[in-house]
Amino acid sequence: MSTILLIEQLLNGLQSGLMLFLMAAGLTLVFGVMGLINLAHGSLYMVGAFACAGVAAATGSFWLGLAASIAAAAAAGAIVEVAVIRRLYARDHLDQVLATFALILIFSEGTRWLYGSFPLYLNVPPSLSGSVTLPGGIQYSLFRLAIIGAGLAVAVGLFLLIGKTRIGVQVRAGEADREMIAALGVDIRRLYTLVFALGAALAGMAGALVGTIQSVQVGMGEPVLILAFVVIVIGGIGSIKGALVGALLVGLTDTMGRVLLPSIFGLFMETSAATSVGAALASMAIYILMALVLIVKPGGLFGARA
Amino acid sequence: MTGIKTGIHRETRMTRFLTTTALALSMMGTAAMAEPVKVGMITTLSGGGASLGIDTRDGFMLAVEKAGNPDLEVHIEDDQRKPEVAVQLSDEMIQSEDVDVLTGIVWSNLAMAVVPGAVRQGKFYLSTNAAPSQLAGKGCHENYFSVSYQNDNLHEAAGQYATDEGFGRMFIMAPNYPAGQDSLSGFKRFYEGEVANEVYTQLGQTDYAAEIAQIRDSGADALFFFLPGGMGISFMKQWAEAGIDMPVVGPAFSFSQDILPAIGEAAVGVKNTAQWSKDIDNEANAAFVAAFEEKYDRLPSLYAAQGYDTARLLLSAMEKADVSDADAFREALRAAEFDSVRGDFAFGPNQHPVQDIYVREVISEEGQLTNKIVATAMEDRGDAYAEECSM
Repeated sequence: MSTILLIEQLLNGLQSGLMLFLMAAGLTLVFGVMGLINLAHGSLYMVGAFACAGVAAATGSFWLGLAASIAAAAAAGAIVEVAVIRRLYARDHLDQVLATFALILIFSEGTRWLYGSFPLYLNVPPSLSGSVTLPGGIQYSLFRLAIIGAGLAVAVGLFLLIGKTRIGVQVRAGEADREMIAALGVDIRRLYTLVFALGAALAGMAGALVGTIQSVQVGMGEPVLILAFVVIVIGGIGSIKGALVGALLVGLTDTMGRVLLPSIFGLFMETSAATSVGAALASMAIYILMALVLIVKPGGLFGARA
Repeated sequence: MTGIKTGIHRETRMTRFLTTTALALSMMGTAAMAEPVKVGMITTLSGGGASLGIDTRDGFMLAVEKAGNPDLEVHIEDDQRKPEVAVQLSDEMIQSEDVDVLTGIVWSNLAMAVVPGAVRQGKFYLSTNAAPSQLAGKGCHENYFSVSYQNDNLHEAAGQYATDEGFGRMFIMAPNYPAGQDSLSGFKRFYEGEVANEVYTQLGQTDYAAEIAQIRDSGADALFFFLPGGMGISFMKQWAEAGIDMPVVGPAFSFSQDILPAIGEAAVGVKNTAQWSKDIDNEANAAFVAAFEEKYDRLPSLYAAQGYDTARLLLSAMEKADVSDADAFREALRAAEFDSVRGDFAFGPNQHPVQDIYVREVISEEGQLTNKIVATAMEDRGDAYAEECSM
């Protein structure tokens, strides 16, 4: 395998990792601050993609669509938090799983009711379509580069928000001790709605960006949700830094596994069998990674609580 | 347009006449105890693959409505693309609804879970889509008919097309599950050139950047891929973005009418193989396409055509035999005396179709993306497993 191809695959891994980070960041914040397992996070990702496709089709502008996806997902997140999630904080994790699973079904069938069962059209805006030649002669999709840029920008923004602002202080305090921060006079209900809407907005943005290069259809959120859970388990539940490192690890492991494993098996096996075995093992790679991390660090790489 | 319209009228009149005749005959025969045929349709109407099931249902019900046969009852249930749900539904339909015929399953893994049990209990199963090799070869059964194809057929036709076009080195790719492995072996069965690389992707994978980089790097002449549903949409959009100048061939599943609008212009020019296309020139097809568009306000897909043909096969058998006489009914099905929207249609020894398979090209027509036949890949193709079937 040539170096150029290897670098291209590293970029691909980085790109898929950063999109996973957008998903995982919201999930880990919600779990860390509110102690809530939100299975419906994938539905917010879907809401973002559908809002982007709908608005882009109506107005002809991808950028309006992207803005709409963030707004729609944040609004959906806030409404769901106030209407449903708020009642779940004090309850058992099993109740939370049950209720948020119900939300998945409601979101999926609601979306089908609004948009129909057929996948929607959403494509890369003309200004970002095509590919560019990077130093070293690597041809790479401009939109994917833009996604990498956007992912990095959001990551930096999120670290500044959590680390340097008043809201960030409240979020971190909320993670450490929920009762104490409420006792200090912080409006904990508003803070929760805010955190939930923020997580939803990030998921919606990821949905719109990923939907643009993949497909916009009902049920698109659930596979990503599973990966996002793997990410936060690896990174340590509640840790933004963990989510970033975990997401990049998962993105790179997944991409490199898919490319390298079949060719490694090809060294000592017949091609057909090697691709089949390699592909099967590649689909397990991230779960093996998760198992290894948990053996070494049961609380995840940056877990606050073991 | 007038030609099509008179076609419909003539056909409706014809069907009405036949229905009345059949009705009268059956009344004479059974002393006014005409037994209705109960059909249980299990198909995917919610979740990821719902568009396929919806088209199957709509095509099937269009034929049922057009025929207006009061002796046909159809129960429709949603399998949610889950094998366990499909099994539960078929048990319910067989035990409490007492259906005579089951149909509608889209996915091979669901078909494998339902069909063997259903046909063993003496029910007929007419496949509108899924036709795994296990049910075509050693596992064939006298009560099982595939009206669509055998799963390998479209891939075989793609292999034949690649050979005919003289593609010397092909990059081939499919998801890592039984139908994906069958796809690549079906392709290789008729492809005489060299395989540059074969890649198995994950089932449900949506990002293909890694594979596209490998394809670019492989220096192959052309690409063959089988990625049904959302996987195909994702791949084609990313493929177009990558700007690789390489011919693409695949089975119709990634380019059928239900998902073409979601892929957009990226699909134009792609060659895909199918046993049906909306431009096949015969009266039955013209009537079907016009009636489908009028009723549902969209173009029919391959799945709709398969559903429609299945219902018409069933109706043709109902006119000739009573379902309570299983042997006679089976013979009537086997005769396949209906005007298929595909033109020539017959069953082979294992009750899978023997039919022509075409190469279609995705075109943009009146602002809509659709397919147009450009060549015939295989004529009167049966399948590779018929010999293993002892029936």
